Amino acid sequence: MMASDDGSAKVLAGGQSLVPMMNFRMASPSRLVDINAITELDYIKADGNAIRIGALARHNQILGSDLVRERCGVLAQAYGHVAHHTVRNRGTLAGNSCHADPASEMPAVLLTLDATFHIDGSNPRSVAASDFFLGMYTTAVGGNEYLREIEIPMLAAGRRGYFDEISMRQGDFAICGVAAVMTIRNGVCSNARIAYCGIAEHQFRLTEAEQWLEGRAANAATALACADLAASSVQPGGDVKASSEYRRHLVRVLTGRVLETVFNESGLERT
Amino acid sequence: MSEKLLVSLEVNGEVVEHETEPRTLLSTFIRDGLGLTGTHVGCEHGICGACTVVLNGVTVRSCLTFAVQANGGKLKTVEGLLRRDGSLHPLQKKFAEHHALQCGFCTPGMLMTCEEICRNKPAATREEIREGISGNLCRCTGYQTIVNAVADYLENPHG
Repeated sequence: MMASDDGSAKVLAGGQSLVPMMNFRMASPSRLVDINAITELDYIKADGNAIRIGALARHNQILGSDLVRERCGVLAQAYGHVAHHTVRNRGTLAGNSCHADPASEMPAVLLTLDATFHIDGSNPRSVAASDFFLGMYTTAVGGNEYLREIEIPMLAAGRRGYFDEISMRQGDFAICGVAAVMTIRNGVCSNARIAYCGIAEHQFRLTEAEQWLEGRAANAATALACADLAASSVQPGGDVKASSEYRRHLVRVLTGRVLETVFNESGLERT
Repeated sequence: MSEKLLVSLEVNGEVVEHETEPRTLLSTFIRDGLGLTGTHVGCEHGICGACTVVLNGVTVRSCLTFAVQANGGKLKTVEGLLRRDGSLHPLQKKFAEHHALQCGFCTPGMLMTCEEICRNKPAATREEIREGISGNLCRCTGYQTIVNAVADYLENPHG
């Protein structure tokens, strides 16, 4: 149906990001393709070592899922910062990902989880998270395509994650948000993923910080040092919500806070 | 396309049919099409919560839903909280008793949200009530009286 259109057709799932833009007259799709009746896309299921989340899985279903909480806790934990209950009743993780607001939380979390995005349509293919979020409101999904499923590896033993952000009010998009996932064994970090939202044109992983953490002791000094490294490595944007300097400050504070949480016993851990 | 479509749905327990354009928002359909002006439109982008209704058992932002998406569904608006004899729902009575409204603009959306909180979490703590209403903005009350009303209702659901 989308292929027969002039190219400005949009998929409508939850509509919690698209319809506001339409109401603002910032988006004027010629046609909306409502997929809400395609119940086959509404699933959250375990498949071997992965969790597969279909296009129609709503935020509240995901955050309330025992499977997600037990096997990929940081995904559920981060949802505390995403919108509010009523918006989460309709909004979908797939839709949030495709909308790709630079300040959206879940793309940062999905980057740290090495998620894979399965795209269907004119050119079916799978795209790694690090190749999915390309720019402001821009993802690897093209016209005549839609995101069918997000595949997330379950956290392996010893692997922990956490997300935190600063926003104007709880539920608002992030002024700065940080997600971190890593393996901690015998008090030593390895295989770290650290991703940011709200500070650039799209969510991204800070590979300098990830590599620096390899083999470091999971303690307060490491958290501080890594936070300093992160703050000096980013080029945050400034806007009406926050200056570039303030965002840089938030990178330092939040990176340290998230790392401390991951390092200590209260960090989310799957044993 | 601006051709009209017939939308058929159950509204507050009664089956209703009404024509609408595909582009019409549910909030417009409810207010202008059905004449149910209890549902209010505040921000038109999902943040204020004034437009909150219950569609197919869960709260939704009617300003972010298209009327045609409600076809075949079950809609409950604030008008549907009234008892059959026309008296207020016990939750509404608690709102009145606790001064949980002043101008009343947020109130319909707040009531629909609170009704869902009470349905899902009959043992909700004050903190959980606070969290639950965090998606509904109120400029008048400072929220405390709303939390009081809901907490009282949960303890005394029959008024």
